[in-house]
Amino acid sequence: MAGSTLEIKNLHVSIEGNEILKGVNLTIKGGEFHAVMGPNGTGKSTLASAIMGHPKFEITEGSITLDGEDVLEMEVDERARAGLFLGMQYPSEISGVTTSDFLRSSINAKRGEGNEISLMKFIKEMDEALDFLEIDKNMAQRYLNEGFSGGEKKRNEILQLMLLKPEIAILDEIDSGLDIDALKVVSKGINKMREDNFGCLIITHYQRLLNYITPDQVHVMMQGRVVKSGGPELAQRLEAEGYEWIKEELGIEDETVGQNA
Amino acid sequence: MTVETKLPYDKDYIVQFSQDRNEPDWMKTLRLQALEQADSLDMPKPDKTKIDRWNFSRFNPNYAEGHAISSLNELPEELKALLDVENPPKNLLIQRNHSVAYHTLSEELKEKGVIFTDIFTAMQNHSDLVEQYYMKDAVSVDEHRLTALHAALMNGGLFVYVPKNVQIVEPIQVVFWQENPETALFNHVLVVADESSSLTYVENYLSQNETEETVANVVTEVIAKDNAKISFGAVDHFAAGTTTYMNRRGVTYRDASIDWALGQMNDGHTVFENLTHLIGDNSSGHAKMVTVGRGKQIQNFTTKSLHIGQDSDAHILQHGVMKEGATAIFNAIGKIEHGATRSNAEQESRVLMLSEKARGDANPILLIDENDVTAGHAASVGRVDPMQMYYLMSRGISQAEAERLIIHGFLAPVVKQLPIASVREQLTELIERKVY
Repeated sequence: MAGSTLEIKNLHVSIEGNEILKGVNLTIKGGEFHAVMGPNGTGKSTLASAIMGHPKFEITEGSITLDGEDVLEMEVDERARAGLFLGMQYPSEISGVTTSDFLRSSINAKRGEGNEISLMKFIKEMDEALDFLEIDKNMAQRYLNEGFSGGEKKRNEILQLMLLKPEIAILDEIDSGLDIDALKVVSKGINKMREDNFGCLIITHYQRLLNYITPDQVHVMMQGRVVKSGGPELAQRLEAEGYEWIKEELGIEDETVGQNA
Repeated sequence: MTVETKLPYDKDYIVQFSQDRNEPDWMKTLRLQALEQADSLDMPKPDKTKIDRWNFSRFNPNYAEGHAISSLNELPEELKALLDVENPPKNLLIQRNHSVAYHTLSEELKEKGVIFTDIFTAMQNHSDLVEQYYMKDAVSVDEHRLTALHAALMNGGLFVYVPKNVQIVEPIQVVFWQENPETALFNHVLVVADESSSLTYVENYLSQNETEETVANVVTEVIAKDNAKISFGAVDHFAAGTTTYMNRRGVTYRDASIDWALGQMNDGHTVFENLTHLIGDNSSGHAKMVTVGRGKQIQNFTTKSLHIGQDSDAHILQHGVMKEGATAIFNAIGKIEHGATRSNAEQESRVLMLSEKARGDANPILLIDENDVTAGHAASVGRVDPMQMYYLMSRGISQAEAERLIIHGFLAPVVKQLPIASVREQLTELIERKVY
């Protein structure tokens, strides 16, 4: 069997007592690209945060497993070391810590003690990825995300993705706030990751990202659930017709869930 | 080494102590006057910290001899880490307890008339020079009980004198190693840079008494005469058993400057004062300080610039990280006297708390009695942002390592600016040790 499998079953998630996810089912395998789409406020980002273990979200029901291991029992750092990666919508700024030091610490955290990456190899890999993503090399010496533009932050997330090489990546609105050139570069980075041992869950509000990255499966979220799944043709229909037809088909009046989901 | 346990200290004790050290009469007189004053003076009252119950009274002030060493290789690892043993500093003094264990001064500096010697030898060989500066312009004997007790019981220290127009390029380095946990350290450091001279001076305080209780009462006076430049670095690391009063004070005359680079890494309760008297026109005093508090220690830091001369310039930059149940108060004071026109007083204090039990406070204070001046302050006290921790941990970094990165990052803006490389390195190493 190629790659890892992330299985989400009947996932219910609350924030401050307010239920946002109401039974999500999804399975992502190595080699597969999944897109989760949907209007604002339907629970997409909550799904991403719950998988990674965001401290504010509470799982009230259901399960998440990675190759059969219970992800919900793991701390955030353990989830990452097990092979998960979350490209964040709003990456934190960390003053005083250079991007390069942070990257090296992250790589070494996964490799484990006694197996640290050599400085030469690290610099070589980082430089290659920086070039590939058309990022100014000075960024490596800047403090992590501090003073970065929106586009620089997103490129930095993809830089981390390329260097950390996770088994399963979740990319939360990686395309928001990007101009078309940056969008192309970010897509190029994600496409370069495509192989049998890498699975990806792309969460997006806009169809345009999928012009550059072709998903194997497309899921539409409304009211905290996946309400429709299909192939790449589903994304194309959404682009042409919007979400209204799905709401009509399913008899949904208000697609949103909770507050600020 | 023998240590008498007889206490307290009286007139006879002081006279005997002074005689044993062959001190000049002026010192004996100063000690005796100070002893009398100590009785009637109050304890200092650091803003927002109560020190009534701290141990400033249970200690043994006796002089304790420490074994001399012939090679730096005889030092324990903890001390070697502070020195480049392979390539030792040319001008180095190691005080072990209250006596000199190791001392070098380059021929070049000797020929130029530089004095770099322990305080007792200095009083014998350069009595007039020491008397001219000792507790005169910087720190007064009668400020409070601790300064008076310091003057009465002074039992170690150093004198540095740089003659006119002499520039010392290589740092002068000093280690005060309080090896004996049963005696107190009443250390006095006097650094005088005469007109148009310059020097870089780096000192370390170190003790290992985790449980044995004692006191360190240290007064440091740094005098920069007209157009002199002093770069003063210090990294303090008294162990948890030592209650510390640390007073480092500078005086700058016309066109002179003092740059302080201070790492406060004590593990015990600490009252810390750093004040620069900007007496001369166009003089400057810059103070950069970092601290890491841990355990249950309480620390009070007062960093102050006092502007008397015109066009005097001062910057205070202090960052502190409080772990576990540690508490720290940062008082930053810029005081501009009437007549100190066109002076500038800037300050920035930031405290980061790593746990629920850690406490910190930053008090920016500007006291301005002159119209034509500039001044600015920034202060912040905050906890680690859980979103930062989440972000770092989402890349596989453990909680401990994520905290370490955030602490280094928080202190980096100060550490990186410290003008003395060895202080930067020592501090980075000590921060590492205190953070884990």
